[in-house]
Amino acid sequence: MREGEKDPGLYDFRPYRDRPEIKWPGDMGVAVWVSPNLEVYELDPPVNPHRKSWPRPHPDVVGYGHRDYGNRVAHWRMAETMAKYGFPGSVSLSVAMCQHIPEIIEHASGLGWEFFSHGIYNTRYSYGMDEAQERAIIEDSIKTVRDATGQTIKGWLAPALTHTPRTMDLIAEYGLTYTCDLYHDDQPAPVHVKSGKLISMPYSLEVNDHYGFFVYNMSPREYADTLIRQYDRLADEGGGTVMCIPLHAYLIGQPHRIGPFADVLKHINADGRAWVTTSGAIADHYIKTAYDATIADTRRYAPDTAKGKDR
Amino acid sequence: MTLDPSCLEYPNRRRGMDHDLYDWSCILDRNVPAWPSGKPVAAAVLVSLEWFPILPEDNPFRAPGHMQTAYPDYRHYTSREYGTRVGFYRFLDAFNSHGVKASIAVNSAIAERYPSIISDIVSEGHEIIAHGRDMNDVIATGIAEDEERRIIDESLETLERISGTRPRGWMSIARSQSFNTPGLLKAAGIEYMCDWVNDDLPYAFRSGFGEILSIPYNHELSDRQIITVQQHSAESYVEQMKDACDWLASEKVPRILPLHVTPYILGLPYRMAAFEELLGWLSKREDTEFLTASGLAMPYLS
Repeated sequence: MREGEKDPGLYDFRPYRDRPEIKWPGDMGVAVWVSPNLEVYELDPPVNPHRKSWPRPHPDVVGYGHRDYGNRVAHWRMAETMAKYGFPGSVSLSVAMCQHIPEIIEHASGLGWEFFSHGIYNTRYSYGMDEAQERAIIEDSIKTVRDATGQTIKGWLAPALTHTPRTMDLIAEYGLTYTCDLYHDDQPAPVHVKSGKLISMPYSLEVNDHYGFFVYNMSPREYADTLIRQYDRLADEGGGTVMCIPLHAYLIGQPHRIGPFADVLKHINADGRAWVTTSGAIADHYIKTAYDATIADTRRYAPDTAKGKDR
Repeated sequence: MTLDPSCLEYPNRRRGMDHDLYDWSCILDRNVPAWPSGKPVAAAVLVSLEWFPILPEDNPFRAPGHMQTAYPDYRHYTSREYGTRVGFYRFLDAFNSHGVKASIAVNSAIAERYPSIISDIVSEGHEIIAHGRDMNDVIATGIAEDEERRIIDESLETLERISGTRPRGWMSIARSQSFNTPGLLKAAGIEYMCDWVNDDLPYAFRSGFGEILSIPYNHELSDRQIITVQQHSAESYVEQMKDACDWLASEKVPRILPLHVTPYILGLPYRMAAFEELLGWLSKREDTEFLTASGLAMPYLS
């Protein structure tokens, strides 16, 4: 990014109109990916001066216990519901899960899920890191996931959504191809980086279960209706849209929420217009078939270029 | 800018939990004992019966539900008292109508101030668990160990003196504990604590004085969370509890359906009928029984 400038310079403007069509495999108009955040929180983490880990003194029994529910009870409820309707997971992973609860990693791997990094723990924040420190968590992420699963991570969702001005350049330098931290579009888009090739993968805060339940205070059934409306709209528009369903087992896997959520997956599965896939597969397909066309199309909107001049 | 190196050190990055309080365990891998009736779903009603002094304390933080305005906060003081005088008696009547035996987490100040309530709880067959002295008794890291011990011991002694029975269970104000709490509870003779929210079944918890049982009453399904925090209606609360019960029953093995309720929240006239309807619906299910905390503990302590 352009550090210190009013516009961080992450990407170019391109309106949601008159775009070259992206065709997902099978001529599907919308790609759907489900992103379980498999997170590990620490009971008594060191203090990052830029952000507090827990609102209450450690041990924060309710805050910690709530999240731990995901790793004792709710993960399997969520995962088996996804498997029942044919939805693989693209995991936003606190990579320390590989050490703490390898059973969850093996279970997710066994379901054919894909992993990308969500930092080491969700109680460790990138704010304030120097370059060497940020490189250390990226290298740790790549090595830890490779050792545990054999997979090479392609994506990044910053731990607890905490970034530095260097994050995008660094993950691209290490060969990652997508970031889930930018929310400016319903389609993938190129991200400006110093080296490598990085795209923004549409993730979602708005239909994230955390926002649904604790920002918008939806009931389980209201959240399920929201997801169905989000899907129906993006499928109707088609042309290469992406819908992400970001989840946390400790939220969606609660007994009062999982039933209505199962109805959402049933709806999308039965609708038949979606390419139900993983974030890595979306990134690969986009980079291969649409990245260059997007770059060319973007030139039309550059303010310092007369329209059509360089075409 | 550089972070303190400790922020990139991971001394507890190892197999299992990042602490020694309890072991990791996947709920599907356990050999789960049956509830006494053999039914899979234990509907566990837990009522918080609390006294909020009109002089709130913030050491270490103010309990949820406490005073909010400048002194004197008549509106919150009396609204909480409404729950104790009126809403709680609606609860007791509804429990009688539907055959519910409940656990009542009682501030010992309630027993001292209103001993007839304790007689009513005991004579109607409900269980009393200890819940501090009053709502200024928040425990958290930072309060002195002696002070924490005094809160636990005095609340137990008062409840024992007035109810005739020493409580076997404990619930902390705001479910907040210090690192010392499990050990102090165990040393005081407490067999089970109801603060943690990380499971659908009881599990063993380590303390400095040996194991204590942790009985989770998932706060996500409490009336405080759904009605007060998330601002849903009582009817929505009931719908969510029914959905939860249906799902837990579908798992066909023992599970807890926690009904942590508050007299000044669900005990209001416009909400009470919905709660009564839920209790009636639960009482008619073939796969569900009402259990107190001691009922939940029994298969795990015997």
